[in-house]
Amino acid sequence: MVRDVSFGQYFPGNSIIHKLDPRGKILMFIAYIVIIFCAFNYASLAITTAFIAFVLILTKIPFKFYLKSLKVIIFIVIFTSVLNLFYGAGEPLWQWWILKITWDGINRAVFVSVRITCLIIASSCLTFTTSPTELTDAIERLMKPLKAIHFPVHEVAMMMSLALRFIPTLLEETDKIMSAQKARGANTDSGNIIKRVKALVPILIPLFVSAFRRAYDIAMAMECRCYRGGAGRTRMKSIHMGARDTVSFIATALVIAGVIVCNIMIPAVV
Amino acid sequence: MAFISIKNLCFSYAEETDPQPHINAVDDVSLEISEGEFLAVIGHNGCGKSTLAKHLNAMLLPDSGKVYVDGDDTADEEKTWDIREKVGLVLQNPDNQLVASIVEEDVAFGPENLGVDPAEIRQRVDSALKAVDMYEYRMHAPDKLSGGQKQRVAIAGILAIRPKCIVLDEPTAMLDPSGRSEVMSTLLKLNKEKGITIVLITHYMDEAVLADRVVVMDSAKVLTEGTPGEVFSQVELLKKHRLDVPQAAELAHRLRGCGVKIDRIPLTREDCVKMLEEAMK
Amino acid sequence: MSCILELKNLGFTYGKDTPFEKRAVNNVNLKINKGEFIGIIGHTGSGKSTLVQMLNGLIRPTDGQVLLDGRNIWEEPKKIRNVRFRVGMVFQYPEYQLFEETVYRDIAFGAVNKGLTGDELDKAVRKAAEFAGVKESHLEKSPFDLSGGEKRRAAIAGVIAMDPDVLVLDEPTAGLDPMGREILLSQIVNYHKMRGNTVILVSHTMEDIARVADKIIVMNKSELVAFEETKSVFARGDMLSKIGLQVPQITNIMQDLKQKGFDVPDGVLTVDEALSVLTPMLKKEGA
Repeated sequence: MVRDVSFGQYFPGNSIIHKLDPRGKILMFIAYIVIIFCAFNYASLAITTAFIAFVLILTKIPFKFYLKSLKVIIFIVIFTSVLNLFYGAGEPLWQWWILKITWDGINRAVFVSVRITCLIIASSCLTFTTSPTELTDAIERLMKPLKAIHFPVHEVAMMMSLALRFIPTLLEETDKIMSAQKARGANTDSGNIIKRVKALVPILIPLFVSAFRRAYDIAMAMECRCYRGGAGRTRMKSIHMGARDTVSFIATALVIAGVIVCNIMIPAVV
Repeated sequence: MAFISIKNLCFSYAEETDPQPHINAVDDVSLEISEGEFLAVIGHNGCGKSTLAKHLNAMLLPDSGKVYVDGDDTADEEKTWDIREKVGLVLQNPDNQLVASIVEEDVAFGPENLGVDPAEIRQRVDSALKAVDMYEYRMHAPDKLSGGQKQRVAIAGILAIRPKCIVLDEPTAMLDPSGRSEVMSTLLKLNKEKGITIVLITHYMDEAVLADRVVVMDSAKVLTEGTPGEVFSQVELLKKHRLDVPQAAELAHRLRGCGVKIDRIPLTREDCVKMLEEAMK
Repeated sequence: MSCILELKNLGFTYGKDTPFEKRAVNNVNLKINKGEFIGIIGHTGSGKSTLVQMLNGLIRPTDGQVLLDGRNIWEEPKKIRNVRFRVGMVFQYPEYQLFEETVYRDIAFGAVNKGLTGDELDKAVRKAAEFAGVKESHLEKSPFDLSGGEKRRAAIAGVIAMDPDVLVLDEPTAGLDPMGREILLSQIVNYHKMRGNTVILVSHTMEDIARVADKIIVMNKSELVAFEETKSVFARGDMLSKIGLQVPQITNIMQDLKQKGFDVPDGVLTVDEALSVLTPMLKKEGA
């Protein structure tokens, strides 16, 4: 079922990674994505992989949840690595019909699969340890400079956090509506494409109607709780940079430096 | 003056230009609510009780008549936020009131909007969650809670604003029996221990029986009011308007109708058994 | 009486073979006869929702069987849709499933899926509307223009229009006020009388169940605790309160009297019944 996906979920905890400033986490996450795709040889790849493995251990979240989030994309990883495996240049090591495997192909396949895996683990490390509110709060603060060009920073952040809050609720609702229509003999899983699209109507219309009704209710509930936009709001969890954030920045900087040094010293393989 | 005072309140959802006949959702209702009381408002769907509730914290403003909260006129726009700080409104669907993905962050939403100092928000959130017995769930996601738990978190979210009065618009309509009793015992506790004024809009008479005072609404007007004992002993009147009465009261009333001498109308199981015992001696 | 539904060692486990495995229904065995009015009671999470969704094949049991007229409904999984026309299911808050342009077309949705056309369809829709108390004048309106109670009746009509042999209703009166509850319930009772088919009602409101059901299924913690005549279930007030279910106030009052040594029968379910028991006793002793 759709609801079982653990990707993007938050696991409350007390680890060092949980306690880091969410703004710092977002920035480091972005830096890390850049760096994985800048790792051009095995030494650099090893450094980036080791780094994320270290972070993963620090989160103290059971490994099985990371595996679950990987399960969703395992198909993409296999598909792209196989594709890369056969599209390498150079001397073939093995050949059959139009398929050939080269050292270049093997390298590409390894790099692609490791990069995607690291990417997913890194984003899981971020979302598992940062509550949606913290995340949107951090994005709101990071985007603050955009206010100068009249970008509605607070509103966008509020919309994001409401969306995150209501995704599980709407998924559950979709489930219920689907069951109800199936009980009336709706046929959702057979027929040609036009039939299938048509079969979505009895599910989508009630879903939209209910989403609008909810939106109206939520707006009223927020007003009842004295919500009047971003002006004058305070936050319970004030976020501020501390010693551990500095340490984390230094660690990330070292990894970046390491990758750059390796890239200069060792020839690229992909 | 009473804490909340409603004077000749009229309200209609129809636009004035609407050609349809003008029907008031609330029609000339006057009511006083004093500080610290537990008031239940019962009546059918569409009798105007929810419309009345939304007037108590300036979510709706009267077409005519006045609503005063702690001396302030709700129609005075400058007082709107003061009034909402004093009178919190809890709605029917608990799912649609929780705005954050973590329980404690949701409870913090109200005080955050008021610009309360972070350290104090923390304190308010903790004490509000403790008051509704949801402290141990503070790090949970709302969608993993039961209906009764969600509704208690919604109540905590209002409590954290530190209101004097909480108005609840059919808070138990979507809950199962255990959720309903959780919410009811929470409300009774808040009323008795913290002295918070409670206005409970409901159509369950077994909840209204627990209030200090009951107001019965029908067709946009107040039908009758009084203590639960006074209201539910008017079995005839309530039945005529197809409202429920406790089975104990109905039994006593009908026994009386059969010529059995019964001196009072009981509301609870215990009281009814006692009364029957006496009658049989 | 012939048996229409039989459950044999029926069980269901959510998320089987994962760390989140949860047993929702465990080893349920029972037989439901044609024409019976069955009540199902139990806590939220007792497994009653899962149980009823297995009756029409919305959930496929992980063990055991559901036999409809003696045949396993999963014998031919491809034809499971046909079972859904024979075992109609009205979910909680069914008004949220309305989607068509007119009430008429929405009521017709299930019947059209079943394959009805022309006059037959028209008759089915109008009859269902009448049973569920949908006004003739509402049929051409948009379902979204109806009031809450009217929407609910339209949604129930949509299931009745499929003319099922078994009608399952999950909390059909949830969120309605006492008058709306009363009207809807008497409509269901009336439908049951006229059609003479099997009705299964899931409800938290014991007073309602006590009034209408012939027999009651009690579920607790995924297990079937009791399947007996309504009277004998409510006579076991202790058992019910132990698993957190409430008994009608009047039943409790009569039970208390009995315990105090008065000569009153077990399992009094309604005020009418209590009255007929008490009046002679009181008159005799009070006069």
